[in-house]
Amino acid sequence: MSRGFTVEEVQRYARHIILPGVGAEGQRKLLEARVLCIGTGGLGSPVAMYLAAAGVGTIGLVDFDIVDLSNLQRQIAHGTSDVGRPKVESAKDTLVEINPNVEVVTYDTLLSSENAFEVLEPWDVVIDGTDNFPVRYLVNDATQMLGKPLVYGSIYQFEGQATVFLPGQEAPCYRCLFPQPPPPGTVPSCAEGGVFGVLPGIVGTIQATEAIKLITGLGEPLVGRLLILDAMTMDFQTVKLRWDADCPVCGKTPTVTELIDYEQFCGIPSRDE
Amino acid sequence: MPVNVKLPTILRKHAGGQARVEADGATLRELLEDLETSYPGITKNVLTDDGGLHRFINVYVNDEDVRYLGSLETELKDGDMISILPAVAGG
Repeated sequence: MSRGFTVEEVQRYARHIILPGVGAEGQRKLLEARVLCIGTGGLGSPVAMYLAAAGVGTIGLVDFDIVDLSNLQRQIAHGTSDVGRPKVESAKDTLVEINPNVEVVTYDTLLSSENAFEVLEPWDVVIDGTDNFPVRYLVNDATQMLGKPLVYGSIYQFEGQATVFLPGQEAPCYRCLFPQPPPPGTVPSCAEGGVFGVLPGIVGTIQATEAIKLITGLGEPLVGRLLILDAMTMDFQTVKLRWDADCPVCGKTPTVTELIDYEQFCGIPSRDE
Repeated sequence: MPVNVKLPTILRKHAGGQARVEADGATLRELLEDLETSYPGITKNVLTDDGGLHRFINVYVNDEDVRYLGSLETELKDGDMISILPAVAGG
């Protein structure tokens, strides 16, 4: 049986509870939800902060990095006094300050093929807020194999992309969208190419919106559609994202049935070499 | 037959920084050839060495991925909007 609300919760979530479509039932689903954010940087910051504010009961944070001064132009979960701290610790403090009712679970580690199943297994919804291709393919494959929804967001300079991958039901995955990663060196990273500071705020907020919709069952999820946006022209466009029956992970006869070496897949020398 | 083409940031340097350009072509292949003539180097990262489409850059005619239309032989009509979308990984 679902628990009731405390007096504090009724006040805190009043604007959701009175909102047609969310209501007490939707808010209760949020309180019972478990969402994992892979990355606590530009995308992960607004995602985790809005999910905490919305009362998502348990939020997981995965990041191995420490806060750098150059992160603060966009990674709003971290502040000046956090420079040098592990990002998951800094972000956890921010989330608890927003909403002390939220349980925050931290993974101060690099997600890998060795630990991905163990890390992802306890969660209802996974958010992709990483900054590199190997982990994006890893998170895609692991969520497909575990049957967990993945809320995808990605940015480059002034441009963003977002969609939701729902395993099963002949729905597309990240490999249906981009079957292969670009060769190393062809797409500069944020460190090399720069990034418009508010852009991850836009895309991360869209990811948080989709996560909340998945949890509450509200509206139409961004499934089978890819949102493309350009902050320079403020052009938002959705294009069709089709399931690929020949996809090696979610197709009719999958050929990738266990996690692989994603750095090798992306043409990057292994960390051991 | 002019067709509008939306360029991703990564290709705009070939087109003097423009976000949107016009090009001509009855098919996607012809359109890309026309783009390359106008803006040399612009299709280098869109097409493979043997003239196919890369699998990390998608091309859409209106809202449909050309892989599900006719790939490079997709026929274009007046007023179509072409979008070129590279895989990006920033977060």
